[in-house]
Amino acid sequence: MASDQSPDNAGTPADSGAVEIRQERGEIDAVEAAILSAAERKGFPSASLFAVRLAVEEAISNAFRHGHKGLDPSLSVKVEFRVSDQAAEISVEDQGPGFEPQEVPDPTLDENLELPSGRGLMLIRSYMSDVRHSNGGRRLEMRYDKPSNA
Amino acid sequence: MSPSDSRLKVSKNEAVTVVEFIDRNILDEGNIQAIGDEIAGLIDAEETPKLVISFDNVDHLSSAALGTLITINNKIRPKGGQLRLANIDPQIYEVFVITRLNKLFEIHDTTDDALSSFS
Repeated sequence: MASDQSPDNAGTPADSGAVEIRQERGEIDAVEAAILSAAERKGFPSASLFAVRLAVEEAISNAFRHGHKGLDPSLSVKVEFRVSDQAAEISVEDQGPGFEPQEVPDPTLDENLELPSGRGLMLIRSYMSDVRHSNGGRRLEMRYDKPSNA
Repeated sequence: MSPSDSRLKVSKNEAVTVVEFIDRNILDEGNIQAIGDEIAGLIDAEETPKLVISFDNVDHLSSAALGTLITINNKIRPKGGQLRLANIDPQIYEVFVITRLNKLFEIHDTTDDALSSFS
Protein backbone atom coordinates (compact mmCIF):
# COMPACT_ATOMS: atom_id res chain seq x y z
CA MET A 1 0.00 0.00 0.00
CA ALA A 2 1.61 3.24 -1.09
CA SER A 3 1.04 5.84 1.55
CA ASP A 4 1.73 9.48 2.15
CA GLN A 5 0.21 9.11 5.56
CA SER A 6 2.39 11.01 7.96
CA PRO A 7 1.86 10.26 11.62
CA ASP A 8 2.94 12.97 14.05
CA ASN A 9 5.40 10.64 15.69
CA ALA A 10 6.95 7.46 14.43
CA GLY A 11 4.73 4.57 15.51
CA THR A 12 1.78 6.81 16.43
CA PRO A 13 -1.32 5.96 14.43
CA ALA A 14 -2.67 8.85 12.36
CA ASP A 15 -6.18 10.30 12.51
CA SER A 16 -5.88 11.23 8.85
CA GLY A 17 -4.20 9.83 5.81
CA ALA A 18 -4.21 9.35 2.06
CA VAL A 19 -3.38 6.00 0.52
CA GLU A 20 -3.42 4.43 -2.91
CA ILE A 21 -4.68 0.86 -2.70
CA ARG A 22 -4.82 -2.00 -5.18
CA GLN A 23 -7.63 -4.53 -5.40
CA GLU A 24 -6.14 -6.82 -2.81
CA ARG A 25 -7.83 -7.80 0.41
CA GLY A 26 -4.78 -7.03 2.54
CA GLU A 27 -4.58 -3.44 1.27
CA ILE A 28 -8.33 -2.89 1.66
CA ASP A 29 -8.25 -4.34 5.20
CA ALA A 30 -5.28 -2.12 6.10
CA VAL A 31 -6.96 1.15 5.15
CA GLU A 32 -10.22 0.09 6.81
CA ALA A 33 -8.28 -0.78 9.96
CA ALA A 34 -6.54 2.62 9.92
CA ILE A 35 -9.88 4.45 9.64
CA LEU A 36 -11.62 2.32 12.25
CA SER A 37 -8.80 2.51 14.77
CA ALA A 38 -8.79 6.31 14.38
CA ALA A 39 -12.56 6.35 14.96
CA GLU A 40 -12.19 4.05 17.95
CA ARG A 41 -9.58 6.38 19.48
CA LYS A 42 -12.01 9.26 19.00
CA GLY A 43 -14.68 7.37 20.94
CA PHE A 44 -17.02 6.38 18.13
CA PRO A 45 -19.42 3.71 19.48
CA SER A 46 -19.58 0.22 17.99
CA ALA A 47 -22.69 0.97 15.91
CA SER A 48 -20.82 3.88 14.34
CA LEU A 49 -17.80 1.69 13.61
CA PHE A 50 -20.12 -0.82 11.92
CA ALA A 51 -21.62 1.96 9.79
CA VAL A 52 -18.26 3.45 8.80
CA ARG A 53 -16.75 0.08 7.97
CA LEU A 54 -19.75 -0.88 5.85
CA ALA A 55 -19.68 2.39 3.92
CA VAL A 56 -15.91 2.28 3.33
CA GLU A 57 -16.12 -1.35 2.22
CA GLU A 58 -18.96 -0.61 -0.21
CA ALA A 59 -17.29 2.53 -1.58
CA ILE A 60 -14.00 0.73 -2.24
CA SER A 61 -15.82 -2.28 -3.69
CA ASN A 62 -17.81 -0.02 -6.03
CA ALA A 63 -14.66 1.81 -7.12
CA PHE A 64 -12.96 -1.41 -8.22
CA ARG A 65 -16.01 -3.37 -9.37
CA HIS A 66 -17.91 -0.65 -11.21
CA GLY A 67 -15.48 2.28 -11.52
CA HIS A 68 -12.69 0.16 -12.98
CA LYS A 69 -14.91 -2.34 -14.80
CA GLY A 70 -13.14 -3.58 -17.92
CA LEU A 71 -9.99 -1.60 -17.08
CA ASP A 72 -6.53 -2.69 -16.00
CA PRO A 73 -7.11 -4.63 -12.73
CA SER A 74 -3.87 -3.23 -11.33
CA LEU A 75 -5.27 0.34 -11.33
CA SER A 76 -5.29 1.81 -7.85
CA VAL A 77 -8.00 3.61 -5.93
CA LYS A 78 -7.22 6.59 -3.71
CA VAL A 79 -8.66 6.64 -0.20
CA GLU A 80 -8.36 9.72 2.00
CA PHE A 81 -9.65 9.98 5.55
CA ARG A 82 -9.78 12.38 8.45
CA VAL A 83 -11.30 11.47 11.77
CA SER A 84 -12.02 14.11 14.40
CA ASP A 85 -13.90 14.10 17.71
CA GLN A 86 -17.01 15.09 15.76
CA ALA A 87 -16.94 13.15 12.50
CA ALA A 88 -15.22 10.75 10.15
CA GLU A 89 -14.70 12.10 6.62
CA ILE A 90 -13.66 9.64 3.95
CA SER A 91 -13.23 9.94 0.20
CA VAL A 92 -12.72 7.20 -2.35
CA GLU A 93 -11.64 8.05 -5.89
CA ASP A 94 -11.21 5.71 -8.84
CA GLN A 95 -9.56 6.21 -12.23
CA GLY A 96 -12.46 4.99 -14.35
CA PRO A 97 -14.77 6.84 -16.76
CA GLY A 98 -17.13 8.01 -13.98
CA PHE A 99 -20.89 7.57 -13.72
CA GLU A 100 -24.12 9.45 -13.11
CA PRO A 101 -25.17 8.66 -9.51
CA GLN A 102 -28.80 9.59 -10.17
CA GLU A 103 -29.03 6.91 -12.87
CA VAL A 104 -28.40 4.07 -10.42
CA PRO A 105 -31.77 2.28 -10.05
CA ASP A 106 -33.39 2.14 -6.60
CA PRO A 107 -32.70 -1.45 -5.40
CA THR A 108 -35.54 -1.32 -2.88
CA LEU A 109 -38.28 -1.05 -5.52
CA ASP A 110 -40.30 -4.26 -5.83
CA GLU A 111 -39.17 -4.76 -9.43
CA ASN A 112 -35.49 -4.51 -8.43
CA LEU A 113 -35.61 -6.51 -5.19
CA GLU A 114 -34.30 -9.69 -6.80
CA LEU A 115 -31.45 -8.04 -8.69
CA PRO A 116 -28.18 -9.38 -7.30
CA SER A 117 -26.33 -6.04 -7.41
CA GLY A 118 -26.87 -2.31 -6.95
CA ARG A 119 -27.16 -2.01 -3.16
CA GLY A 120 -23.76 -0.58 -2.24
CA LEU A 121 -24.50 3.07 -2.93
CA MET A 122 -27.89 3.05 -1.21
CA LEU A 123 -26.32 1.45 1.88
CA ILE A 124 -23.65 4.16 1.93
CA ARG A 125 -26.36 6.83 1.71
CA SER A 126 -28.36 5.12 4.45
CA TYR A 127 -25.53 4.88 6.95
CA MET A 128 -23.59 8.09 6.28
CA SER A 129 -24.60 11.61 7.40
CA ASP A 130 -23.63 13.16 4.07
CA VAL A 131 -22.58 11.73 0.68
CA ARG A 132 -21.34 13.72 -2.31
CA HIS A 133 -20.03 12.82 -5.74
CA SER A 134 -17.53 14.84 -7.74
CA ASN A 135 -15.08 14.51 -10.62
CA GLY A 136 -17.77 13.03 -12.87
CA GLY A 137 -18.72 10.35 -10.34
CA ARG A 138 -15.15 9.12 -9.88
CA ARG A 139 -14.84 10.62 -6.41
CA LEU A 140 -17.18 9.86 -3.55
CA GLU A 141 -16.95 11.94 -0.40
CA MET A 142 -18.78 10.86 2.69
CA ARG A 143 -19.08 12.06 6.26
CA TYR A 144 -20.29 10.27 9.33
CA ASP A 145 -21.18 12.47 12.31
CA LYS A 146 -20.40 10.91 15.65
CA PRO A 147 -23.60 10.65 17.72
CA SER A 148 -23.72 13.52 20.21
CA ASN A 149 -24.40 11.15 23.11
CA ALA A 150 -21.33 9.00 22.37
CA MET B 1 -12.87 -27.90 -4.15
CA SER B 2 -11.10 -29.80 -1.41
CA PRO B 3 -12.64 -29.63 2.09
CA SER B 4 -9.69 -27.57 3.30
CA ASP B 5 -10.53 -24.83 0.77
CA SER B 6 -14.12 -24.57 1.93
CA ARG B 7 -15.35 -21.35 3.54
CA LEU B 8 -18.39 -23.21 4.89
CA LYS B 9 -19.41 -25.73 7.52
CA VAL B 10 -22.11 -27.94 6.04
CA SER B 11 -24.28 -30.37 7.99
CA LYS B 12 -27.46 -32.34 7.40
CA ASN B 13 -30.52 -32.33 9.65
CA GLU B 14 -32.81 -34.96 8.13
CA ALA B 15 -33.74 -33.53 4.70
CA VAL B 16 -32.41 -30.05 5.45
CA THR B 17 -28.90 -28.84 4.64
CA VAL B 18 -27.51 -26.38 7.20
CA VAL B 19 -24.73 -24.06 6.09
CA GLU B 20 -22.59 -21.98 8.44
CA PHE B 21 -19.73 -19.64 7.61
CA ILE B 22 -16.15 -20.07 8.77
CA ASP B 23 -15.29 -16.39 8.29
CA ARG B 24 -16.53 -13.62 10.58
CA ASN B 25 -16.40 -11.13 7.73
CA ILE B 26 -17.97 -11.99 4.38
CA LEU B 27 -16.50 -9.17 2.34
CA ASP B 28 -13.87 -10.48 -0.01
CA GLU B 29 -15.21 -10.83 -3.54
CA GLY B 30 -13.16 -13.95 -4.24
CA ASN B 31 -14.44 -15.62 -1.07
CA ILE B 32 -18.02 -14.59 -1.83
CA GLN B 33 -17.73 -16.11 -5.29
CA ALA B 34 -16.34 -19.33 -3.79
CA ILE B 35 -19.15 -19.43 -1.19
CA GLY B 36 -21.76 -18.93 -3.94
CA ASP B 37 -20.25 -21.71 -6.04
CA GLU B 38 -20.10 -24.09 -3.09
CA ILE B 39 -23.73 -23.47 -2.10
CA ALA B 40 -24.78 -23.77 -5.76
CA GLY B 41 -23.19 -27.24 -5.70
CA LEU B 42 -25.25 -28.16 -2.62
CA ILE B 43 -28.43 -26.99 -4.38
CA ASP B 44 -27.57 -28.93 -7.55
CA ALA B 45 -27.10 -32.10 -5.48
CA GLU B 46 -30.70 -32.04 -4.18
CA GLU B 47 -33.88 -32.65 -6.13
CA THR B 48 -35.88 -30.30 -3.89
CA PRO B 49 -33.31 -28.43 -1.83
CA LYS B 50 -34.14 -27.32 1.69
CA LEU B 51 -31.43 -25.03 2.97
CA VAL B 52 -30.76 -23.08 6.15
CA ILE B 53 -27.97 -20.51 6.00
CA SER B 54 -26.85 -19.56 9.50
CA PHE B 55 -24.99 -16.30 10.11
CA ASP B 56 -23.90 -17.23 13.61
CA ASN B 57 -20.54 -15.52 14.29
CA VAL B 58 -20.76 -13.34 11.14
CA ASP B 59 -19.91 -9.73 12.01
CA HIS B 60 -19.85 -8.07 8.60
CA LEU B 61 -21.54 -8.74 5.30
CA SER B 62 -21.09 -6.76 2.09
CA SER B 63 -23.68 -5.98 -0.56
CA ALA B 64 -21.85 -8.45 -2.83
CA ALA B 65 -22.68 -11.16 -0.27
CA LEU B 66 -26.33 -10.04 -0.30
CA GLY B 67 -26.23 -10.41 -4.09
CA THR B 68 -24.98 -13.97 -3.73
CA LEU B 69 -27.84 -14.77 -1.33
CA ILE B 70 -30.29 -13.51 -3.96
CA THR B 71 -28.62 -15.65 -6.62
CA ILE B 72 -28.88 -18.68 -4.29
CA ASN B 73 -32.57 -17.96 -3.68
CA ASN B 74 -33.16 -17.63 -7.43
CA LYS B 75 -31.51 -21.02 -7.93
CA ILE B 76 -33.53 -22.80 -5.24
CA ARG B 77 -37.01 -21.58 -6.15
CA PRO B 78 -37.30 -23.09 -9.67
CA LYS B 79 -36.57 -26.49 -8.10
CA GLY B 80 -39.43 -26.05 -5.63
CA GLY B 81 -36.89 -25.77 -2.82
CA GLN B 82 -36.93 -23.58 0.27
CA LEU B 83 -34.34 -21.25 1.79
CA ARG B 84 -34.24 -19.96 5.36
CA LEU B 85 -31.77 -17.54 6.93
CA ALA B 86 -31.00 -17.65 10.66
CA ASN B 87 -28.87 -16.22 13.50
CA ILE B 88 -28.43 -12.81 11.91
CA ASP B 89 -26.74 -10.24 14.14
CA PRO B 90 -29.01 -7.22 14.82
CA GLN B 91 -26.64 -4.82 13.03
CA ILE B 92 -26.58 -7.04 9.94
CA TYR B 93 -30.34 -7.55 10.15
CA GLU B 94 -30.67 -3.78 9.84
CA VAL B 95 -28.87 -4.04 6.48
CA PHE B 96 -31.55 -6.51 5.37
CA VAL B 97 -34.25 -4.06 6.52
CA ILE B 98 -32.66 -1.05 4.78
CA THR B 99 -32.39 -3.00 1.52
CA ARG B 100 -35.86 -4.54 2.08
CA LEU B 101 -34.35 -7.98 1.66
CA ASN B 102 -36.09 -8.99 4.90
CA LYS B 103 -39.19 -9.07 2.64
CA LEU B 104 -37.52 -11.37 0.12
CA PHE B 105 -35.99 -13.87 2.55
CA GLU B 106 -37.60 -15.88 5.33
CA ILE B 107 -35.47 -15.04 8.35
CA HIS B 108 -35.55 -16.85 11.71
CA ASP B 109 -33.89 -16.06 15.03
CA THR B 110 -32.25 -19.47 15.41
CA THR B 111 -31.31 -22.49 13.31
CA ASP B 112 -33.82 -24.57 15.33
CA ASP B 113 -36.62 -22.11 14.49
CA ALA B 114 -35.60 -22.27 10.82
CA LEU B 115 -35.50 -26.08 10.84
CA SER B 116 -38.97 -26.36 12.37
CA SER B 117 -40.39 -23.93 9.78
CA PHE B 118 -40.03 -26.30 6.84
CA SER B 119 -43.26 -27.73 5.52
